[in-house]
Amino acid sequence: MSDDTNRQAAPDDPERRDVLKFAAAGALGAVYAGLVGYPVYKYLASPIEKAAAETVVTEMVVEGGAALPKNAALMFKFGAKPAMLIHHEDGSYSALSAVCTHLGCTASYEPDQKRIFCACHGGVYDALTGANVSGPPPKPLTAFKVQVTDGKIVVRRA
Amino acid sequence: MAKSSSVAPESRVYRWLDERLGISEIVELAGKKRVPEHKHSFWYYWGGITLFFFLVMCVTGVLLLVYYRPGDGAYESVRLITYDIKFGWLVRSIHSWSANLMVAAAFVHMFSAFFMKAYRRPREFLWFTGIGLLSLSMLFGFSGYLLPMDELAYFATKVGLAIPATIPVVGPWIADLARGGPEVGAYTVSRFFALHVVVLPAMFVPLLGIHLALVQKHGMSIPESEQAKPEKARKSIPFFPNFAMKDMAVWLIALNVLGFLAAVYPWQLGPAADSLMPAPMDIHPEWYFMSSFQILKWFGNWFPGALGEFLGIAVFNVGVLLWAIVPFFDPEKRSGVWGRRVTWFGIFVVFVILLTTIWGYAVLPAGK
Repeated sequence: MSDDTNRQAAPDDPERRDVLKFAAAGALGAVYAGLVGYPVYKYLASPIEKAAAETVVTEMVVEGGAALPKNAALMFKFGAKPAMLIHHEDGSYSALSAVCTHLGCTASYEPDQKRIFCACHGGVYDALTGANVSGPPPKPLTAFKVQVTDGKIVVRRA
Repeated sequence: MAKSSSVAPESRVYRWLDERLGISEIVELAGKKRVPEHKHSFWYYWGGITLFFFLVMCVTGVLLLVYYRPGDGAYESVRLITYDIKFGWLVRSIHSWSANLMVAAAFVHMFSAFFMKAYRRPREFLWFTGIGLLSLSMLFGFSGYLLPMDELAYFATKVGLAIPATIPVVGPWIADLARGGPEVGAYTVSRFFALHVVVLPAMFVPLLGIHLALVQKHGMSIPESEQAKPEKARKSIPFFPNFAMKDMAVWLIALNVLGFLAAVYPWQLGPAADSLMPAPMDIHPEWYFMSSFQILKWFGNWFPGALGEFLGIAVFNVGVLLWAIVPFFDPEKRSGVWGRRVTWFGIFVVFVILLTTIWGYAVLPAGK
């Protein structure tokens, strides 16, 4: 084996030809793998791209939001993800992402305790601001801007 | 020892794996295996080509399964795949083209085996399993054709299921059971779907396993012209790597042909099936059912009424049965009277299939 390392491969060395052959086969294989792999990946990733395009939504009217009674919440889809509109006792509104920042369950508003609760692991958020109050959530819920115009509730990415 | 890689025979990893998996036995077997080479060697590739298209269909079939929905939403889901999902049109087109090319390759494989008399003793079960695989392939084709639930699929299935319905006594019962009701509809799609993705593969794969195992057991069949030569005059090449490399080269050609056809002639999706719409003027079955379709039409013309249809089906089935049991007529290595008769029977069958297929297309009214 040791004498092998010192040997200089001549151009017509069968070993060198083998290496070239493998390199050519490898390159061709890579081209075909790409030609087959790319469409397959794009095909499987299609819904992901679509969802990503949907989250580009920065502003929307919450259907039925104006009819929401006080101390109640309405779930709606903001882009691809669930969100909630809360009508507080004082007449103000807040719009928050409903995706718990702990492990991504959907949280909900509890009117009797006036808080947002995630049933999966007991995370609690403030209903006004979305701040994480207790339990495992590491971050507050994303808050959106709410505007009431012409009797319509418009939610906007902050 | 020029190079030492991690899987070289002397390496510890190799020894560890070999002791547990018996790799060296397989390597030795693969090293010994040889493939005969002669002027008819070309036909040896067609079984492999058929297998290649089958594998392509397994892969694209699973991909289609990701978005396809049987039942009421069938057409909408195929519309989504074809027009909405990225490269969905290509995946579907490859699946459909591959199906057609697989049936075509299987036919070439079958006729080459027939005329080279590869069904003779002791290879009878290679022939029988091959016939079984081709029959299942055609059922794959028939059941898969309905799944998009477009106009053509709907009528092809309607007509296709009208054929078993003409069998006396049990026919209507069989047709109703296949349709899941008196009409082709969402229930039919669901049961064809179950057939297409579960039942048929579960039958096809083990049968294919037996077919391939038997090829290993008996080796490649050699035609009579080669058998006549003394053992020493016959040429052969090692299976590995020589034949395997050639096989891969042929697969690469097959992949290129498939890719070209699928991309340049993408499979179309017609309007959604509507049971109140009249059948399109140029309605016809897939090309591999065209011959039987035409034969049934002939008998229907010669003997009007139920008798004609029944006779057509009977004659057709007797023909298929004779074809399937041909090893029993011509079992011996040396061709005798029966060997020649069987060859003439094969030529007759090829002639009838070609004639009726061309005829079938020729008499189609001009459609779209």
